[in-house]
Amino acid sequence: MNLSPLDIVLLGTVLLLAVGFYGLLITRNLIKLVLVLQILVKAAVMALALAGKSSGNLGLGQSLAATVIVADTVVAVVALALAVQVRKHAGTLDVTKLSSLRG
Amino acid sequence: MENIAYLLLGLAAAFCAYRAMISKHLLPSALYLACVSASVSISLYLLGAYEVAVIELSVGAGLVTVMLVYTLSVVGEDTYDPASVIPKPLALLVVGVIAVLAAWMAYPVVSRPVASGEVLLADVLWKQRALDVWVQVALIFSGVMGVLGLLSERTIKIKEEQILQMAETEKPIAIQMEEEMRV
Repeated sequence: MNLSPLDIVLLGTVLLLAVGFYGLLITRNLIKLVLVLQILVKAAVMALALAGKSSGNLGLGQSLAATVIVADTVVAVVALALAVQVRKHAGTLDVTKLSSLRG
Repeated sequence: MENIAYLLLGLAAAFCAYRAMISKHLLPSALYLACVSASVSISLYLLGAYEVAVIELSVGAGLVTVMLVYTLSVVGEDTYDPASVIPKPLALLVVGVIAVLAAWMAYPVVSRPVASGEVLLADVLWKQRALDVWVQVALIFSGVMGVLGLLSERTIKIKEEQILQMAETEKPIAIQMEEEMRV
């Protein structure tokens, strides 16, 4: 089986995506959830650059990847600030125990 | 040679991501995440996406790692790692199905690359996707305001304490005035 470099990058991207999804399913720590989301977004960035390269429009892929990186960084920073507040008020980072708003 | 480099980088990124996920302590997890970011940025550079590679390295391995370490210094090292709600075999099955579907859908697109003229990122970013730039500016502004709002509880508490102190110091004066009025 003769794999091209783009096929191998696709394989790495899918591996990263799989690890990110698995972490999202099994993680309950709030800070680790942010970390796992970062892994997923790195896979998305790789996929966007790969799609741009294979479609012959790398500039567009890079532009979208930069937008995704900025949005993800803002989400991560706000989520970490939220985690600090949650730890202060609830005393835990376990997402399943944050049930004070349950009706 | 190029294939081996991509393969090694992909495996390194996946390994570091797995280690970041299963690590009991959060500080090694943050450092493994920085390694993932470095591997991804080298892969991006080899793909020809130079600008995004630099952004990914500086933001992913730099800013986000610093933010994570700062958060850990504020929150403290929380080693509590509760068991997952979803059974791990079920999670593995779901993830396997998703990975196979994603690879199956993306493979036909990637296996037939289309060659076209080189378009500069600056042209795309400032001419075709100018709205994206403004959205990014708005996102950064809203992110800064959000973080300021979330972390400004200390100043509110200090103001509340000052108001309480003022009320306590002014209370005897009010009582004195009432007593004088009665007299």
